[in-house]
Amino acid sequence: MRETTAERWSRRVVLTLLTLFTITPLYVMVSSALKPLRDVQGPFTWIPSRPSFQAFIDMWSTVPLGRYLLNSLLVSSVAALISVAIAIFAAFAVSRYRFRGRQIFSVTVLSTQMFPGILFLLPLFLIYVNLGNATGIELYASRTGLIITYLTFSLPFSIWMLVGYFDSIPRGLDEAAQVDGAGPMRTLFQVILPTAVPGVVAVTVYAFMTAWGEVLFASVMTDENSRTLAVGLQGYATQYNVYWNQVMAASLVVSIPVVAGFLMLQRYFVAGLTAGAVK
Amino acid sequence: MVTTTTAPVRAEPSTPGAGRKKKPRLPRSKLPYLLLLPAIALELLVHVIPMVVGVWMSLLELTQFQIRNWSAAPFAGLDNYRATLDINGPVGEELLHSFWVTVLYTTFSVGLSWLFGLFAGVFLQRPFPGRSLLRTLFLTPYALPVYAAVITWTFIYQRDTGLLNELLTTTGLADDRPFWLIGGNSFWALLVVSVWRSWPFAFLCIMAGLQNVPTEMYEAAAIDGAGFWRRLKDVTLPMLRPVNQVLILVLFLWTFNDFNTPFVLFGGSAPEQADLISIHIYRSSFITWNFGQGSAMSVALLLFLLLVTAAYLLVTNRRREHA
Repeated sequence: MRETTAERWSRRVVLTLLTLFTITPLYVMVSSALKPLRDVQGPFTWIPSRPSFQAFIDMWSTVPLGRYLLNSLLVSSVAALISVAIAIFAAFAVSRYRFRGRQIFSVTVLSTQMFPGILFLLPLFLIYVNLGNATGIELYASRTGLIITYLTFSLPFSIWMLVGYFDSIPRGLDEAAQVDGAGPMRTLFQVILPTAVPGVVAVTVYAFMTAWGEVLFASVMTDENSRTLAVGLQGYATQYNVYWNQVMAASLVVSIPVVAGFLMLQRYFVAGLTAGAVK
Repeated sequence: MVTTTTAPVRAEPSTPGAGRKKKPRLPRSKLPYLLLLPAIALELLVHVIPMVVGVWMSLLELTQFQIRNWSAAPFAGLDNYRATLDINGPVGEELLHSFWVTVLYTTFSVGLSWLFGLFAGVFLQRPFPGRSLLRTLFLTPYALPVYAAVITWTFIYQRDTGLLNELLTTTGLADDRPFWLIGGNSFWALLVVSVWRSWPFAFLCIMAGLQNVPTEMYEAAAIDGAGFWRRLKDVTLPMLRPVNQVLILVLFLWTFNDFNTPFVLFGGSAPEQADLISIHIYRSSFITWNFGQGSAMSVALLLFLLLVTAAYLLVTNRRREHA
């Protein structure tokens, strides 16, 4: 099947436009991070006058970026790991068993996407505060509370993706393991999981990204000690001055880990979506 | 949707090995519930119970005076809903305005994101040098943390120091430096950021869907003399229908509930032309401390989304059956 000239040119035009659209903010982020403060206080310049890494040094002292980074890393990784562990069991149940309520469970999982975050932000805030008063377990403004909140945010989609991966693993393997006398748990850990490793890793990265990028709950549910990057990055704007070069440098630094992780695993995301969406 | 037909796992009569102790097995019927227990417990704590509490709060007169002792707040019945839905009252009038802004925003954003995703997906079907590089580049905005990406756009839109006005003044498209984050321009500024963030997700899903289209179908269409548009209409779109059904719904729900983009772009109070409903409810709840009112608005929004989703699924499923 040959491509006509018209098609080739429209392909080039469309892809060029989309490339420009995509790349402009990325360019602004990288180039501004390399500018001295003088350059970002006047009209925008395309090229830094004297490229320097000063912004990458100053950004740590303008706001307590180190603490924010540590909080974000801790909250996101713990939330991701717990979320995926729970999702593995749930997905195993949905993928390999028939039970009453299976359909309802699947529908509920997807319908959580429908809830406006703002609807349960406030009740959750009150529940955490009251739990703290009643039991002494501090969930409000604590990293524990954020972890619990965030892991449920990624749970529905993680389960859905994992069901897709597990479904693509032939059931013959399970049966072979059962003939050898393996129970369901051994089947899961020794047969299914090793086969689904790329999928599980992709879902872990997704869960990490969800927690890493959440803004609304982070801005209400944290205090100075538990503040994450999502809120902390707004601290570069003072009453008199916005340190745009430092904002861009910090944005770049906090983006690199998640972007790298996502792009390395994009193939498995596509595979997971394919498995999940065709059904 | 997840609908798989799985044969129930048969209990294999295991041959008792010599000297091997058999561990007691859980009865088959109970195991799935046990496996689902942690997921269900957490969903209950963070989603379901707060939702129920939210509905109850919407029936209370809950302002900053009662928040310390909120369980003793006076019962307001449907007063908050009356205020929410009374389009002649001050609360309802503003909410309705914000609702229409959100409808417009969602329509444009979902439509454009889907179109961009479709064309990028179709044009990247053929192998050519640099294809995988482009694919990676296009997915980058989706992978970026939302606040890092949107704060960069905030910088682009700055009146005096931003890239956009610099571009407009040097090319002579604008002679003064317009404001982008206040006034009428703010709606379009917000929309561009929204599309920039969501179209890669559409692209990702469509790319996944296109991998299921056998090349023979295109070849057969080409032999029949179908050009680019005919192939798109007769092969690509029908094959993408199941993907599109879920994709458009998810995009719609995300965009309609979008809080992060306007919140980072404008801060806590958006200009009235870009006053999305989630920001509006946030302000009604936190800035004015009227939590009962805010909860009533949230519940009304949820009911609206439920209705739209149900209608959407009915229509698309019926189409599928007729197809």
